[in-house]
Amino acid sequence: MSLLSVRGARRVFQTPEGGRLAALDGVDLQVGAEEFVTLLGPSGCGKTTLLRAISGFEALDEGTIHLQGADLLRLAPYRRPVNTVFQSYALFGHMSVARNVGYALEVRGMGRAARQARVDEALEKVGLSGLGARAIGQLSGGQRQRVALARAIVAEPRLLLLDEPLSALDRNLRQQMQLELKALQARLGIAFVFVTHDQEEALTMSDRVVVMRKGRIEQIGPPREIYRKPRTRFVAEFIGETNLFDLDAQGRTPEGLIFAVPNPPAARFTACLRPSDFHLAEQGIAGVVTKVVYLGADLHLYVQPKVGGPELRVTARDHAAAPVVGAEVHLGHDPEALHLLEA
Amino acid sequence: MRQSTFLAALLAPATLFLGVFFLGPLLIIAVFSLLTPGLYGGVEWSFYHQNYGRIFGWADGIMEIYEPVYLQILLRSLGFAALTVGLCLVICYPVAFWVARLPPRARLFCLFLVTLPFFSSLIVRLYAWLLILKPSGLLNQTLLATGLIQTPLEILYTQSAVVLGLVYVMVPFMFLPLYSAIDNLDRSMVEASMDLGANRVQTFTKVVLPQTLPGIIGGAVIVFIPSVGNFIVPDVLGGAKGLMVGNLVEQQFLSARNWPFGAALAMIVMGVVLATLLYASARARSAAHA
Repeated sequence: MSLLSVRGARRVFQTPEGGRLAALDGVDLQVGAEEFVTLLGPSGCGKTTLLRAISGFEALDEGTIHLQGADLLRLAPYRRPVNTVFQSYALFGHMSVARNVGYALEVRGMGRAARQARVDEALEKVGLSGLGARAIGQLSGGQRQRVALARAIVAEPRLLLLDEPLSALDRNLRQQMQLELKALQARLGIAFVFVTHDQEEALTMSDRVVVMRKGRIEQIGPPREIYRKPRTRFVAEFIGETNLFDLDAQGRTPEGLIFAVPNPPAARFTACLRPSDFHLAEQGIAGVVTKVVYLGADLHLYVQPKVGGPELRVTARDHAAAPVVGAEVHLGHDPEALHLLEA
Repeated sequence: MRQSTFLAALLAPATLFLGVFFLGPLLIIAVFSLLTPGLYGGVEWSFYHQNYGRIFGWADGIMEIYEPVYLQILLRSLGFAALTVGLCLVICYPVAFWVARLPPRARLFCLFLVTLPFFSSLIVRLYAWLLILKPSGLLNQTLLATGLIQTPLEILYTQSAVVLGLVYVMVPFMFLPLYSAIDNLDRSMVEASMDLGANRVQTFTKVVLPQTLPGIIGGAVIVFIPSVGNFIVPDVLGGAKGLMVGNLVEQQFLSARNWPFGAALAMIVMGVVLATLLYASARARSAAHA
């Protein structure tokens, strides 16, 4: 049985213009006991609303949320056995690091001595041993992030909710924290529900990614499946860069590019190819390089097919003979890589 | 060098103004409080400590008589001011919370309402209270008509009337700093507290109150100080029983024409206020650092 179970969650907001906006429009989600699940989507897709409904700061109009079989919606936020790492960290500025971390134990009436041991343990887990006496104002952004994390795990919740906790960190620190979070989750053996709009973050850390759009779940799956086998055009475009082709039953685009499609599902359908699925070849799609973006080890090429239509995005290894703007190239691809979308 | 000349030029007007019109009179009061009262008002230029002796208890018993009533009035004034601070706090805190949660336009309107009393004269507003509180006034008429009381309440010219008046005058001064502190309160902190298992009471005492403490201290100071020395409110609403130290000072200067004694009283009030201020700023500083 799953740890967290959300069924038919629906939440409608009144917009300032008087309209109605469904932040959650029938969401079903199961999270396993030691699973790292990421809610991914653009702003306004409902991912934060879903997280807040689980933590208790947002009500649902319809639907149920159960944790280990217990009905969460009947519990006030402070009675729910889940903890949250807030986007702004929301650390208590008038308390020391140790008192922040021990807060959940303090309000449960645990004595100072017993608290101390648990606080030290939590600080150690996030790599902040010995900083308990510091004031919040003396910490760097990365350290605050860790205090917020330690504070949220000190009460040993079965489920930790994280609301874009890494968005305020710089890129290097963020990548380091991504790996640390994943390691911490595995070590604690608890479930994480992580909200982000950063697809790279979602792919790096998650066991499963939940792609959301306009209050609905577009696709749930492991990162590789989300990336390689997107179900819809939205998922294909939101996760990484992609080339989309509208094909007919013969595998032809309106401009006349031809792809090998063994079993066309319909008279008209959409297929996608990732930029890395193309390679420079002796023959294939003929085109002209219009733009070259240098990415270090790789180059990102924009290629205009001779037959017309939208530009193709192609990833190529950088080397001395790499194509330059204006060069005529031929693009080949692995026929297996062509993925057909359902919608 | 040029910069410091420039700075001096900028600061000169304010320094000059405060020096002449603030420190000057203060110095005169301080000196007068240690001089002999003149027979027909004014002062004689000889040292005389019994102005303070009359208040604190070392008067000679012939020319100057020690009267505990002065200390009593001083203590009463401090009590009234403290009570005013407490009542203003109790009234303003929930209201400030409520206003801070309103939509922006309603919030602005509420802030306008709070500052509305400043648009008319204090004296006029206090006389309005006189009309409301007097035995045949609006309050008693209403209570009599609804049958809640059988005989008119004696509120006017009591200590209650003075405290009521002080609270009425001071509420905006408490409200604004409180509102600003509460408005700046990070809501996610309240959520974090509840998320970590603190119920509403715990969240209030452990997070909301400490986070808004600077506003509470600020409001308390700017309500307490003018309340201690206030003489208009007790003058209009207080009568003999509601006399405050401000009235005493006024009487000594204007009616009794004992300037040195009035000056001594004023110096004591100032000492008390200064002590309060230093204590409050120390508390505010420790609250900000903790």
